[in-house]
Amino acid sequence: MSHEHKIYLRKIRQEKIFIHFCQFLLLFLLLGIWQFAADKGIIDSFISSSPSKVWDTILSLYDSGTLFHHIWVTTYETILGFFMGMTLGVLVAVILWWFPNVAKVLDPYFTVLNSLPKVALGPIILIWCGANQKSIILMAMLISVIVAILNIYQGFQKVDSQKIKLMKSFDANKWQICFYLIFPNSKKNLMETLKLNISMCLIGVIMGEFLVSKEGIGYLIMYGSQVFNLNLVISGVVLLSLLATVLYTVISFIEKIYIKKD
Amino acid sequence: MNNILNIQNLKKTYHTKEKETIAVEDFSLSLADGEFVALVGPSGCGKSTILSILSGLEEKTDGTIIYQNKKMGYMLQTDALFEWLTILDNCLLGLKIKGELTDEKREYVISLLKKYGLGDFLNSYPSHLSGGMRQRVALIRTLAIKPDILLMDEPFSALDYQSRLAISDDVFHILKEEKKSLIMVTHDIAEAISMCTRVIVLSKRPCTIKKEFLISLTDFSTPIENRKAKEFSHYYEEIWKEIDHES
Ligand SMILES: Nc1ncnc2c1ncn2[C@@H]1O[C@H](COP(=O)(O)OP(=O)(O)O)[C@@H](O)[C@H]1O
Ligand SMILES: [Mg+2]
Repeated sequence: MSHEHKIYLRKIRQEKIFIHFCQFLLLFLLLGIWQFAADKGIIDSFISSSPSKVWDTILSLYDSGTLFHHIWVTTYETILGFFMGMTLGVLVAVILWWFPNVAKVLDPYFTVLNSLPKVALGPIILIWCGANQKSIILMAMLISVIVAILNIYQGFQKVDSQKIKLMKSFDANKWQICFYLIFPNSKKNLMETLKLNISMCLIGVIMGEFLVSKEGIGYLIMYGSQVFNLNLVISGVVLLSLLATVLYTVISFIEKIYIKKD
Repeated sequence: MNNILNIQNLKKTYHTKEKETIAVEDFSLSLADGEFVALVGPSGCGKSTILSILSGLEEKTDGTIIYQNKKMGYMLQTDALFEWLTILDNCLLGLKIKGELTDEKREYVISLLKKYGLGDFLNSYPSHLSGGMRQRVALIRTLAIKPDILLMDEPFSALDYQSRLAISDDVFHILKEEKKSLIMVTHDIAEAISMCTRVIVLSKRPCTIKKEFLISLTDFSTPIENRKAKEFSHYYEEIWKEIDHES
């Protein structure tokens, strides 16, 4: 390795460390200002809470033994809704690809469903399935499945026509075209859809927990707002951001392993 | 001479919502064993259509094709390599799809790859290969199913001039050595004359045969050398004059 290259690499590393430093600094600064303002009475900590109160709230949730229960419930619902949404999404996308006429018939319905804010369906689902976990998971699935179908199907259609021609010149049947060409060709697209959908599912789950209001992080937030305990509300939001980050990181990690070849 | 392929009065009409397009009006061709034939003509005249019909991708509208039990190998305009498969797996694709993959055939494909300078790349991915090498892989993928007649649709048009010269030499050698016959579509007259012993000039759409040239060059050898033959420029001019150039 030449001297210049070493200097170059060092510079890159230093830059990276600096960026991380700034990111943490910003966090501490924000938390510090927030805490300071609350302590000095500049803001009303009853409605805006404070970092130390959020921390205390989370600790007391932990002491009462319910912290991980709520986190787990939300995680479980999200993952279940996610798997169901993705499975159904792939399945329907394959059907649409296989039968172009079905795709044509359903096209306007998908357009409507896609632009419809799925939140609006929440109360209906609640009435049909009852105020229970089933409703929450169904909501998460519903919110993610339409986007999944449309995304995956679009990915399927992006296949190079020359490659299809090639497969046909080898007398490939539809199954073979699907498994040898369409699926592997859509790998990147599938991964993108996974990432998009995990956040969609989380939205669905929180929405569901708001409505069902029994357990989970969404319930904590809802309950906190009903009893005007802002500490609990903000603790819930903090927990939710952490969970969202973890889920996203896990998916990105899976993506890295899966696409590492190229 | 015994013909391995007879095409009589081939006709092809495409139907689309807007209109009906007669792509091929009347095309006949008899191909002798081991013969290399080039089809040249203005773009959009129906050349690809003819190859698509011969390879079974399109239905003919009318006419007869007698294959004499010969197998077709279609080499497309782009290499269409699958980026997620290794070079070897790309070449085995046709055999896998046809369910004909045996150890013996795998060895045959590996031997082809080795013979034609790709031995070090069996387990590489297409993105690591140059354009010319990719074309060679595409050719070997076609040869893997042991076709008797190769159909090539402007196979080198995506390459730069230098690589084109080199790969046309390669392909020529490979096909001669493996004793294949060739029907090649090209818009490059020089390529046609230097590789093929017969050049068929097609009219503009709907396509019919305008004129056939039998190419005989003194010291006929490889495509690159053939370009130096003294008859070369004469043929070039004659063929050029026959093609309906868009004005
Ligand atoms: N699948 C198709 N449907 C309708 N028209 C087609 C189709 N394929 C080709 N054509 C038309 O047929 C004519 C010949 O096309 P093609 O064989 O690709 O020409 P070439 O290869 O000589 O450039 C063109 O006018 C083209 O628009
Ligand atoms: Mg063409």
